[in-house]
Amino acid sequence: MASEDPIIEVHGLRNAFGEQVIHDGLDLTVHKGEIMGVVGGSGTGKSVLMRSIIGLQTPSAGEITVFGEPMIGRPEEEAKHVRRRWGILFQGAALFSTLTVAENVEVPLKEYFPHLSEKLMDEIAAYKIVMSGLAPETGPKYPNELSGGMKKRAGIARALALDPELLFLDEPTAGLDPIGAAAFDELILELRDALGLTVFLITHDLDTLYTICDRVAVLADRKVVAVGTIPELLALDHGWIQEYFRGPRGRAAAVAERKRSSG
Amino acid sequence: MPWGAFCDSVPPRMNATADFQELNEDGRPVLRFSGNLTLARIRRVDERLNAVTGDRPMVDLTDVERMDTVGAWLIYKLARDKNAEVIGASEEHASLLEQVAKADQPVKVRPDRTPGFIRVLTQMGEATHRAGITLLGLLGFFGALLVSIWNVLTHPKRFRVNAMVQSFEAVGVHAIPIVGLMSFLVGIVIAQQGAVQLRQFGAEVFTINLIGRSSVKELGVLMTAIMVAGRSGSAFAAQIGSMKLSEEVDAMRTIGVSPMEALVVPRVLATVMLMPLLGFFAAVMAIVGGGIFSWIDLGIPPITFVQRIREVVPDTDLWQMLIKAPVFGLIIAMAGCFQGLQVEGNAEEVGLRTTAAVVQAIFLVIVLDAFFAVFFTSIGWL
Repeated sequence: MASEDPIIEVHGLRNAFGEQVIHDGLDLTVHKGEIMGVVGGSGTGKSVLMRSIIGLQTPSAGEITVFGEPMIGRPEEEAKHVRRRWGILFQGAALFSTLTVAENVEVPLKEYFPHLSEKLMDEIAAYKIVMSGLAPETGPKYPNELSGGMKKRAGIARALALDPELLFLDEPTAGLDPIGAAAFDELILELRDALGLTVFLITHDLDTLYTICDRVAVLADRKVVAVGTIPELLALDHGWIQEYFRGPRGRAAAVAERKRSSG
Repeated sequence: MPWGAFCDSVPPRMNATADFQELNEDGRPVLRFSGNLTLARIRRVDERLNAVTGDRPMVDLTDVERMDTVGAWLIYKLARDKNAEVIGASEEHASLLEQVAKADQPVKVRPDRTPGFIRVLTQMGEATHRAGITLLGLLGFFGALLVSIWNVLTHPKRFRVNAMVQSFEAVGVHAIPIVGLMSFLVGIVIAQQGAVQLRQFGAEVFTINLIGRSSVKELGVLMTAIMVAGRSGSAFAAQIGSMKLSEEVDAMRTIGVSPMEALVVPRVLATVMLMPLLGFFAAVMAIVGGGIFSWIDLGIPPITFVQRIREVVPDTDLWQMLIKAPVFGLIIAMAGCFQGLQVEGNAEEVGLRTTAAVVQAIFLVIVLDAFFAVFFTSIGWL
């Protein structure tokens, strides 16, 4: 199981847009090697939490450390060596539309390791693309020629370009058909096992939660109200959590998971 | 689980650079690696490995501390290309090697490049084809527009007065300051340049003819057309284009609202009606600008200037302007709406189509202006 080394530590986080307070006194710890799922209703600030951790949003108060290094208020140059150790998949994959898939994967390589030979970069891009479950023919294609699922995989390939230790995924299975979503879950598990990744995963997909998450953090009332494995969460007496996991969709996912683990 | 073990096995010397030694043991080449075989620590190892000669070397990974997929890839390449035998790999390293071996498939990075000459030919061909298609499309669009206008005329209740009034404001009222200022300045420039040239013949007084006739007949309406194309034609393309992207246009269609009637007709009618007004206003402002310059520089008093303008500018000049202006307006609005409706796919397309709308509108306006000039001359409206 995951070791106890904390990779991400969020303490007393507060985020507010004008009058509207999104987070207030939010605490969260992600351990090395685990897949941490983050759930919460619409507008509870799941994406804002991720953006705060990766430095796209400056919180109004609180502490965030990643790999043991404080991240808030760090100058860009100092934060660079931390940024190099994580990869991010945005909700819409956010591929650069003027570059081919393979060139997209090479962007972080060129940025951080310009001294690598072009041939090696091409080779790295090539095996990352295959590792992300894309067909080899996808390499020279442009993002607008790809389907939604392929874009996400290309996004994963780019996120993996620097062999990160930490992967942020923002709703990786949203907008995918069930077959594609299941395959994507499988891919994340495989990559985690093969590369020893820690994964921070925002999702609405109950199947994803049951299948791959080691622990789940529930966002509600402007903070993390509970963190734990799904059975642990189910034992809690919290209205939203009960509704979320015991609702018709939650029950279906639980049944599916029981079948999977028994069969 | 294996990854847990991997994470715990991080050695104390984290920052050792990847390195290898070429040795010879019992007549067999041996490559002994050490340090961190990771992307950040790999440095020149790749190039040095390429220079390694000798077949079937032994690759010893015993001293390797950490390895990531890039390091694994380099080792895998040795095994693949030089038939190297890998020894001393720990469990995690072996699993990484296995992962990259599985992922080794020929992947192209860039699309195939065609030779330059053929590419130029292809692009010329494609551009010609596109121009033809666009022209045909515009013609079809004109037809569809006429049908929609007929439908609106026969069912006046379906006419969207509010939308048209909004367009009046955007196309006309908001354009007044910039069109006025521009024309005023153009008037001054013409007066100044004309005066300098005509002075050489002692014919400075004809500057008034130059200002009056060129402003009313050509410049007022032409400059206005260019300004409206840049302001409103582009706005039409961008508005309708983004509505197309967000599927608003499709939603309209499925509800039974014709996008031609709801979006295109009000914009086109507003532009057609406002272009003559704006053109006339521009001509007046150009004359005012020229008049002020004449007063200051040539000493022609305003009252004389106005009298001379009335004598030298024939009515036909005004008619020419009033005939040309709505036609130009029609072309600008049509190009904008047509390009907007052509948007498909992504936001980049909106930008491209907006540019195309402006370029097409200005190009067609100038071509038509030339035709008008020839036509009016031939019917005796000199």
